[in-house]
Amino acid sequence: MIGTARAFRQRLFALIKKEFRQLLRDRSNLLIGIGLPIVLILIFGYGLSLDVRDARLVVALEDASPAAHDVVASLEGSTYMKVSVVRSAAEARRRMDAHQADAMLYLRSDFARHAAAGDAKVQLLLHGDDPIRTASIRGYVEDAMAVAEQKRLDRRGKPAPEAGVVVVDRMWFNYANNSTWYLVPGLIVLIMTLIGSFLTALVMAREWERGTLEALFVTPVRPMEILLAKIVTYFVVGLAGLGMCLLAAKLLFGVPMQGSLLVLLIASMLYMAVALGVGLLISAFTKNQFMASQVAILASFMPTLMLTGFVFDLHNVPQAVSVAGHLLPATYFMELVKTVFLAGTYWPVVLKDCAILALYAVVLLVLSRVATRKRLD
Amino acid sequence: MLLNLCRKEFLVALTDPASRVILVAPVILQSLLFGYGATFDLNDVPYAVVDQSRGEQSAQLLARLDGTGKFHRVATLHSPAQIADVIDSGQALLVLHFATDFDSRLSSQGTAPLQVVLDGRNSTTAGSAAAQIRAVVTRFNASRRTSGVPVAVETRAWFNPNLETRWSILPALTASLSMIQVMLLAALSVAREREQGTFDQLLVTPATPSQIMIGKAIPAIVIGLIQSAIVVLIAVFWFRIPMAGSMASLAVGLLVFTIAVVGIGLSISALSANMQQATLYAFVTLVPLVLLSGLATPVRNMPEGFQIATYANPLRFAIDLARRVYLEGATLSQVWHDFIPMACVAVLTLPLAAWLFRHRLV
Repeated sequence: MIGTARAFRQRLFALIKKEFRQLLRDRSNLLIGIGLPIVLILIFGYGLSLDVRDARLVVALEDASPAAHDVVASLEGSTYMKVSVVRSAAEARRRMDAHQADAMLYLRSDFARHAAAGDAKVQLLLHGDDPIRTASIRGYVEDAMAVAEQKRLDRRGKPAPEAGVVVVDRMWFNYANNSTWYLVPGLIVLIMTLIGSFLTALVMAREWERGTLEALFVTPVRPMEILLAKIVTYFVVGLAGLGMCLLAAKLLFGVPMQGSLLVLLIASMLYMAVALGVGLLISAFTKNQFMASQVAILASFMPTLMLTGFVFDLHNVPQAVSVAGHLLPATYFMELVKTVFLAGTYWPVVLKDCAILALYAVVLLVLSRVATRKRLD
Repeated sequence: MLLNLCRKEFLVALTDPASRVILVAPVILQSLLFGYGATFDLNDVPYAVVDQSRGEQSAQLLARLDGTGKFHRVATLHSPAQIADVIDSGQALLVLHFATDFDSRLSSQGTAPLQVVLDGRNSTTAGSAAAQIRAVVTRFNASRRTSGVPVAVETRAWFNPNLETRWSILPALTASLSMIQVMLLAALSVAREREQGTFDQLLVTPATPSQIMIGKAIPAIVIGLIQSAIVVLIAVFWFRIPMAGSMASLAVGLLVFTIAVVGIGLSISALSANMQQATLYAFVTLVPLVLLSGLATPVRNMPEGFQIATYANPLRFAIDLARRVYLEGATLSQVWHDFIPMACVAVLTLPLAAWLFRHRLV
């Protein structure tokens, strides 16, 4: 009678009801499940940006010649830099020391003479604290030098030099060249990891720690049903997080959705199962809340943030770190989400990633079933 | 009295061998992982080529590209139609397309376009790859030229000569990594006792709320500073990042920062009814503090409103202080302004925590 399908449904239903009540009873759960995703969406969508704007360049202009002014004029043409001009190198250095400028360009008093002779040199000093910004300042300054040289030759009526090879670049998938476009889709992975692994591990570890799981063990419910009830509940919360991210991406940030929404939903469900598996395993091994929260942050949240290509591209990291990143299921979901959002449903990537996620899901859920036995220690 | 309270708190934090491991191992692991993994420096660009001109000039340009050591060719395509496939699959980060008339135009007209298709799924990476291609092409053009050499730019980067992300990340980690655990430790300290019912016992002892607060704060501060010291040691001895400033200045800065973090943690702890709530509240506080600190993305890139909000974030100022002292050799008098916001947070949160011990409405 206990084993019939109807009794199974009844027990599962009762357990799910219990889970939802526990979830809704404590405001701190809702804070993680609903509040934190909203905060993350706002921070990642509006607050964080890797796009260089308003790089502050101070030009120490000790030469009043037209050639030197050409350099300044072509620098001022850049929309990414705020250029200020001072008359002496000492003043420019003072601004650098006070962190009022990111870079300093020094045009000495003999600049025009050397420029005419063809052996002019300018000095560019950069603050090394933000490598992305300094690298792009260097690029802008070098471009501006080429433009200024062209003008100098035009002015003197000399034939312009051959332009040579002109790079025409086209950025596919992100024509706005805007980091929000890859940060917001990546956020889906982070939020589902947070709910699936962190919140679930914490809630389940609490049951282990307080012995309420043992209380459940003496009832007719089976471990499988306890697990299923947890999985179903947090699956729903995770999908709510996904829904919020999708709406925000479309309505608030205008991130284009090139691929199929259905494919994204199916892949997200697979990843949710993986994340839940990780969360349940962590709680079954640690069985206490402090350890569970630490392990969940260190084993799921931080690696998802740092090692999956979310903020730091895996192209740039050393081999060993890249290998570690590719052991994480989140890396494959990250690749899939970015591809479906920005590039479209490219089947070879989609199928490969879904297969890997499905494999992880099965293995992790089976392991967590094995780890959750009716057992007293 | 205070000494005994401290001893008790140390024992609570350190008796369990598993907790001892979790207070040290993750800090070491994360410094190494982030030291290697958290980088924006593009060192390996897989690229593909469609060379329809098959001329001498395109071959020379490609040889220059390969000569940088940063670019490696993963595919040689025969037609532009194949570009979509290598980009979509992520096999190549960029494709160079030399049109059929590339060589002849470059010889006869002196100029020819080179098409570069970039995978923009990560636009930051794509942007720096494009910049590197441009730099190579600029040098190539200069080598072909006989007149009108552009002005040479001599570049020197202060405090980070090779412009490595690692150099700016690791000093920042000295504050960030310890913050995560210190905040959780402090947040759980009162909540654990509340959940187990021992906090009421503590309140009826002769110890005053401020003594209890200090007793709980000191062990967390000590553990946090030890963790920071581990990160500093890894930065100096493992990654060999030269320390320009004085260790003492850095220590003073981190001490004030850690006190502020413990203040936040204890306030959260005093507000929570149980450990689960404390963990979740601490986490919800930690995430925005870490993200809006300038650790991975510069504060300067944030919109105005966010930048103002970060004045309440002690981590922002601790990172600024750590970077200036560590990399630039700043003295305390040069970074005094970083202390004000951190000290304000500490001065507000610590008495708040002590007051909340008795006045929490549950």
